[in-house]
Amino acid sequence: MITWLLILGIGAATYATRLSFITIFSKREIPAPVLRVLRFVPVAVLSAIIWPQLFLVNNAFDLSTANPRWLAGLIAALIAWRTRNVLLTIGVGMAALWILQWVLH
Amino acid sequence: MTTRRTAFFHGIKAESPILLGTIPFGLIYGVSARSFHLPPVLAQAMSVIIFAGSAQFVVIQLLNASVPAGIILLTACIINLRHALYSASIAPHLKQRGWSWRLLLPYLLTDEAYAVSIIHYQGPDKSPFKHWYFLGAGLILWLTWQIGTAAGLLLGAHIPASWSLDFTLPLTFIALVIPALKKRADAIAAGTAGLAALLVARLPFNSGLLVATFIGIALGLLSEGGEKKQHSSNESSATGEKQPRAQELTASEGTGMVDTQEEKRK
Repeated sequence: MITWLLILGIGAATYATRLSFITIFSKREIPAPVLRVLRFVPVAVLSAIIWPQLFLVNNAFDLSTANPRWLAGLIAALIAWRTRNVLLTIGVGMAALWILQWVLH
Repeated sequence: MTTRRTAFFHGIKAESPILLGTIPFGLIYGVSARSFHLPPVLAQAMSVIIFAGSAQFVVIQLLNASVPAGIILLTACIINLRHALYSASIAPHLKQRGWSWRLLLPYLLTDEAYAVSIIHYQGPDKSPFKHWYFLGAGLILWLTWQIGTAAGLLLGAHIPASWSLDFTLPLTFIALVIPALKKRADAIAAGTAGLAALLVARLPFNSGLLVATFIGIALGLLSEGGEKKQHSSNESSATGEKQPRAQELTASEGTGMVDTQEEKRK
């Protein structure tokens, strides 16, 4: 029962967070400096999610061959940069990881 | 001519390559929930009620570790704080919409739907139906997440960890973020946010993500400020037309810079 209440609470909090500024800014103008800040939100958040998943293993920095993820990620980044194709980036990135895991172990 | 219907289907189409990453992510979530002996109904309900993958992952881990409910709620809120940034960033584009749109679309404001929709909103296309595009992208992602969760709950232990399906999540984000690096300042914001995220990864409750994001935004703004000063001093002598080209050049140098930064860390 408490778990269900907890999930409802988290759901409500998540929805409120997503709703927040859409509601606040619905009636008033958004100041120009705020808009300048917001332009950087997508690239900054997504990078901050990506990098630790590539370079950290159990919260420790790992660029050895025991961690093939950063290399597979780098290959995927090059594909994304050259082709701008989402499907190809995910496909090549996964293939690179599987091959590296197979070669290195 | 764009209609509501074509905008809706364009949104679905733009979102669909990302679903290749969402399906395995949903599968792994379902599999993990089963391995933690969480009731399948509860795990599926979380996908409907919370509808935020990374928060759901952390919540089932904390539930499994019998962490007090208050701490779990707080942690989930901190992980989801980035959605407030998405909300602010998408807000200017929803100003003209009625309240039903402004209540419905936030429910669909996930990382993946946001990333695809904001690129469309910021794009050159002047379509008046961009909210239908957002709706299409958001709904197809929602559906895929529910199916992925259900499939993971059904398949359970049949998906081995060695398949590394969780890697599709960073790959999806790489595919979204790299084409969005249009200016040098974008690349600097992305690079510094990424580096900072490595340094602050140990901060409690996953709060490092927000700290790193703010560092990236700050450095992006600083470098943009520097760029603008240079440009305005150039403008008096050079023709204005050359500027966009020069900017494009620095943009490709910029993305290269992130890559070399990654390489340097060898």
